[in-house]
Amino acid sequence: MNRRTAIVGIGATEFSKDSGRSELRLAVEAVRAALDDAGLVPADVDGLVTFTMDTSPEITVAQAAGIGELSFFSRVHYGGGAACATVQQAALAVASGAAEVVVCYRAFNERSGRRFGSGVQHREPSAEGAALGWVLPFGLLTPASWVAMTAQRYLHTYGLTPEEAFGPVAVTARRYAATNPAAYFHGRPLTLADHAASRWIAEPLRLLDCCQETDGGQALVVTSLDRARDLPRPPAVIAAAAQGAGRGQEQMTGFHTGDLTGLPESAVVARQLWRWTGLTPADIDVGILYDHFTPFVLMQLEEYGFCGGGEAAGFVAADELPLNTHGGQLGEAYLHGMNGIAEGVRQIRGTAVNQVPGAGRALVTAGTGVPTSGLILTADG
Amino acid sequence: MDREEHLTAQLKAFEGRPAATRATGKDPVNLPMIRHWCEAMGDTNPAYTGPDAVAPPTMLQVWTMAGLSGHQGLSGQGRSPHQGLSRHQVRSAAYDDLLALLDAAGCTSVVATDCEQEYLRPLRPGDEVTFDTVIESVSDRKTTKLGTGHFVTTRTDLRVGPDLVGTHRFRILKYAPARTRKTPPRPRPVVNRDNAGFWEGVRRHELLIQRCTGCEVLRHPWLPGCNACGCPDWDTVRASGEGTVYSYVVMHHPPFPAFDPPYAVALVELAEGVRMLGNVVGVPYDKVRIGLPVRAEFRAYDDELTLPVWRVAG
Repeated sequence: MNRRTAIVGIGATEFSKDSGRSELRLAVEAVRAALDDAGLVPADVDGLVTFTMDTSPEITVAQAAGIGELSFFSRVHYGGGAACATVQQAALAVASGAAEVVVCYRAFNERSGRRFGSGVQHREPSAEGAALGWVLPFGLLTPASWVAMTAQRYLHTYGLTPEEAFGPVAVTARRYAATNPAAYFHGRPLTLADHAASRWIAEPLRLLDCCQETDGGQALVVTSLDRARDLPRPPAVIAAAAQGAGRGQEQMTGFHTGDLTGLPESAVVARQLWRWTGLTPADIDVGILYDHFTPFVLMQLEEYGFCGGGEAAGFVAADELPLNTHGGQLGEAYLHGMNGIAEGVRQIRGTAVNQVPGAGRALVTAGTGVPTSGLILTADG
Repeated sequence: MDREEHLTAQLKAFEGRPAATRATGKDPVNLPMIRHWCEAMGDTNPAYTGPDAVAPPTMLQVWTMAGLSGHQGLSGQGRSPHQGLSRHQVRSAAYDDLLALLDAAGCTSVVATDCEQEYLRPLRPGDEVTFDTVIESVSDRKTTKLGTGHFVTTRTDLRVGPDLVGTHRFRILKYAPARTRKTPPRPRPVVNRDNAGFWEGVRRHELLIQRCTGCEVLRHPWLPGCNACGCPDWDTVRASGEGTVYSYVVMHHPPFPAFDPPYAVALVELAEGVRMLGNVVGVPYDKVRIGLPVRAEFRAYDDELTLPVWRVAG
């Protein structure tokens, strides 16, 4: 699979707090925009991949987007952890011959409709429901609260304050968002003092440690590298794509085992990406690291080996790696990481608003604290 | 003038009007009542016994009280003694009107809030007490935890013959009870065939830890197999209940109706090595720290929900 496929098209709706239209329509708009960008038409598509927790089935998107027969369709579970895995599924399908052109998409009214951040108070007695049932009766009901438990232990272990540790991640995201016209927080940078003054959500997490909630859609087109070379845009080569779940992995409530200073699922992905590409962190020009909550950006930097344990806050503050150059989900939009993959593609193409000069290798990751995924995108040649 | 101001003005008009006039105590000051009082209060002061006994000064109000049956003629139809003045044949129409006005305004509940007394000379057995009570003040509308209403203060001057022997200032709150907001139930545990044993244990006030019968590794949360060795067989061990806070979160937002933020949720590492979540009690939410020793207790939140809670070990 590796280096045999590429992302050749990206397309998104506007990012808003109230789209005013259905999630299905957002999905279809994003798919059409990505195909236009790729120089392809709906008739070229024979595969679709999306997430679970989504209301737009592959067949319905195909039906409404003018796409014909499908030979490959799948959905990846675990929320934002699925983002890069949709691309992996597409690449596997293309590399194996199961499909030729696969579109990955995510579209939701996550702000005006069902908000993940509003929490959960009841689950059915499935295995997943029961897992959450260990925490709900005690009032740990939101994604922020589940992340905060690990974040608190991380701070304790490394003797850090929430302000010094998490502030630089928020400030960096908003600095890039400020110069990105597509970002919700375009023109609105932050200071460390703003971060420190923002209200508590789930201590040690403040409001500005939590990503936005967004209405919108994002789609990506994957095809073979051979075919990509005949298309109008420079291909973003999928140098490696991987999924990862740690031993005893849980969804968001993975604090029953381990030392709570890292993200074991990210370590699984990192090992594969470095092994398959032969690259090291020093070779990466730009990092698009999933930022639903600031602490998990720090832990990803450490798991991927950009710095040692407890050093990531200093690493971010020193600006040692161009990080989330679109503004991330803290600054641009929360599209379950799909907008981050699009930013990785723009950096490789050389068309990002906050372009890293000569960027040839991008690391893109998906949601953590859940089974996750990652990609290394490179320029062709 | 709105309704509230109008009511307050009507209430204030009662200030200075009598609540009782030239009333007489039901019994003269007497040794049996003094002895009962001292026994009930555990007061062994020798001044209250023997041939030269005086009445305990704090008995002042006792000599004005009508007793359980009320005074002759009004038995069973007056207001409760807790309305601040005894059911007494001499209670004035003004005081009844004041209370009726408050009742009509929805202030149907009453609570005695405080009293102040002044003692001018000791009362002795045989003293016949007479008294006059005046409505000293009616407050503006006040909101308390109990509800919203008005404080009514009466002042009773007690005399023996022509001599003033003491004053008794008594304050009540006549109020409309605050609607008691019933806290919605907490989210339920999610119980299924794989974890029912844990929650059954909690109902019996036991914390049960799963133990693999293959490799003896303890585990929590409950699952139908062992992650360490894959063995499907297990039994349980009862946790000692001792633990330490491994991590914690203080919840602020968003608010959930069953919870009252800010509140702390702790991840407790049990002495046996497994971790469980729970609320910490016995310490304010902002004093929870990693490393704090805690001990399991059980708390019933409603008829169906008992949860372990973690009390900071003394």
